[in-house]
Amino acid sequence: MDVVLVVVIQVLYAIASLALISIGLAIIFGMMRVINFAHGEFLMMGGFACIMFADAGVNLWISMLLLAPLVVGAIGIVVERLVIQHLYGRVIETVLATWGLSLFFIGVASITVGYFRMGVTPPFGSIRIGLYSEGVYTFFVIGVAVAVVLGVYLFLRHTRWGLIARGTMQFPNMAAALGVNPRRVYAATFFAGAALSGLAGAVLAPLAGVVPTSGITYIAKAFITVISGGATVVAGTTAASVLLGGINQIVTFLSRPVIGEVALLLVAVILLRFLPQGITGRFFRRGL
Amino acid sequence: MRSWNSFGILFMMGAGAFLIVALPLLVETFVLVDFTLYAALAILAMSLALVWGFCGILSLGQAVFFGIGGYAYGVSVLNIGDSTLPVALAVLLPMIFAAMLGYFMFWGRISDVYLAVITLTVSLIFFLVINSTSGGEYRIGAAPLGGYNGIPGLPALNLPGRPDRQLDFEEMYALTVALALATYFFLRWLLVTRFGRVIVAIRENEVRVGLLGYDSRKYKLAAYVIGAGVAGMGGALYAAWGGLINPDVFGIAFAAQVIVWVLIGGLGTLLGPVIGVVGIQWLVGWLGKMKITDANIILGAIFVAFVLFAPAGLIPKLRKIGVRWLNRRRVSASGSVESGP
Repeated sequence: MDVVLVVVIQVLYAIASLALISIGLAIIFGMMRVINFAHGEFLMMGGFACIMFADAGVNLWISMLLLAPLVVGAIGIVVERLVIQHLYGRVIETVLATWGLSLFFIGVASITVGYFRMGVTPPFGSIRIGLYSEGVYTFFVIGVAVAVVLGVYLFLRHTRWGLIARGTMQFPNMAAALGVNPRRVYAATFFAGAALSGLAGAVLAPLAGVVPTSGITYIAKAFITVISGGATVVAGTTAASVLLGGINQIVTFLSRPVIGEVALLLVAVILLRFLPQGITGRFFRRGL
Repeated sequence: MRSWNSFGILFMMGAGAFLIVALPLLVETFVLVDFTLYAALAILAMSLALVWGFCGILSLGQAVFFGIGGYAYGVSVLNIGDSTLPVALAVLLPMIFAAMLGYFMFWGRISDVYLAVITLTVSLIFFLVINSTSGGEYRIGAAPLGGYNGIPGLPALNLPGRPDRQLDFEEMYALTVALALATYFFLRWLLVTRFGRVIVAIRENEVRVGLLGYDSRKYKLAAYVIGAGVAGMGGALYAAWGGLINPDVFGIAFAAQVIVWVLIGGLGTLLGPVIGVVGIQWLVGWLGKMKITDANIILGAIFVAFVLFAPAGLIPKLRKIGVRWLNRRRVSASGSVESGP
């Protein structure tokens, strides 16, 4: 019985962390058709920002939930203004340019911080479930993921800004004719995606620690999740996270973590053979 | 422009003869050892030139076939001893893997970006998997996989059937350069065949090719599989060159380098990526020696700069300048320029 409970918690955690690391990428891809290869580095910078502010004496929660997203969001705006805005509509070029940025950020991080692992101890301690112990922080991560996904949904669905964002992505010229400045909407969307990536990096930092190459460990999973999900931000990310995170964690539990990752990839490749537009290309098409 | 093409072939033959026959007499052995590496990497670059530059398949993880080739060579040469069969395996296994992966990608008709991301992700998964095989229980026959340390102590290539007669540095150099040249001429030939014309047409307009009655999926799969075989051969030569193969060949940094070679050299050329290899490898080596700054920063900056300012790459740009110059000299010459390989 305890085992079942622990496995359920682990599966939920796998799904939550997958949704968390993917949502920023999904927003930028779903809304703007830009695959941001520097996404992993946004996560890495979020982690570093959180740890550095915490080390400097700022309250851990403020640096994690407020400062890290703001810093990474600001970096996102700079990137959008300097590089991405010249490449809208040229998907392949954006992939290459953001990949160059990814290398650049790794290089900058490794000369400024160096190649050692920075970390903070996860707050809260742990609780006992029968013979097992589980960090309370795990539940916190699950909570943050739920809050973020729900928040993005409510924002897009029920606010005026969300309406403007959706309208601009569907039909930029019409939005412009109605008095919206599409360039500003693109920049804001990129800011939001980057900030959520920063938040995800910061929230996961206490568990995994951060090194300049941390992004690489996340990026493959994030890509696969977003692509399997399809272009629909919230529904796609949620569906793909549930499917892939669930499979990953269950296979991990039955064998080893690496086999779990391989299973995740295999399922995603086979999925794309039958649903080339991602899950939301066929199901939940009217979702957000 | 046909005369230019035959001139190019003659030039390459001359350059090849010079590299193989004359260069070893002129320079120290360690320079030859460096050049051997360049030649092995050039083979990888040309495989991506075929797949991306001519067929338009953005295979960001082309290095995965290079890595599979290297590992196939390493594992089998430690088991067999004689290097002839392992080299064949290093060509064959990547082709089989490419055929399986390509089936899912091309028959699923996934878009360019998805394909790019999937190929790269496959590479990263290989990186994770091989990295986690560091324990002694992960071995294939006599070859331990060795996790992130890779497989060290691989023997060099030997004369077919004679494991005791290994090639020395100069012979290894001559063989690798000869194989790189052979790859160049093979791909040149492939691109002027009917098959080659179709894959270039697919790059230009896949829908139109389909409407003309060609099954573009089959052609793309074939190009992808051939590219994988070529890359695998490069991987075997690389492993034999260093006596080592490790998971870095599956890593994102190496994958990025391969893209930068082709991007800088120019899409739609075979020679450009080779120039990219020599230029970038030299630059990275020089930066490493000088310790000015992290190589990633420079590589990333070059990458972004080329995408923003010279997306066509060096060779097409130079060719354009050269043609303009020629036209100015011979005012009567017609202005049309064929963009051949």
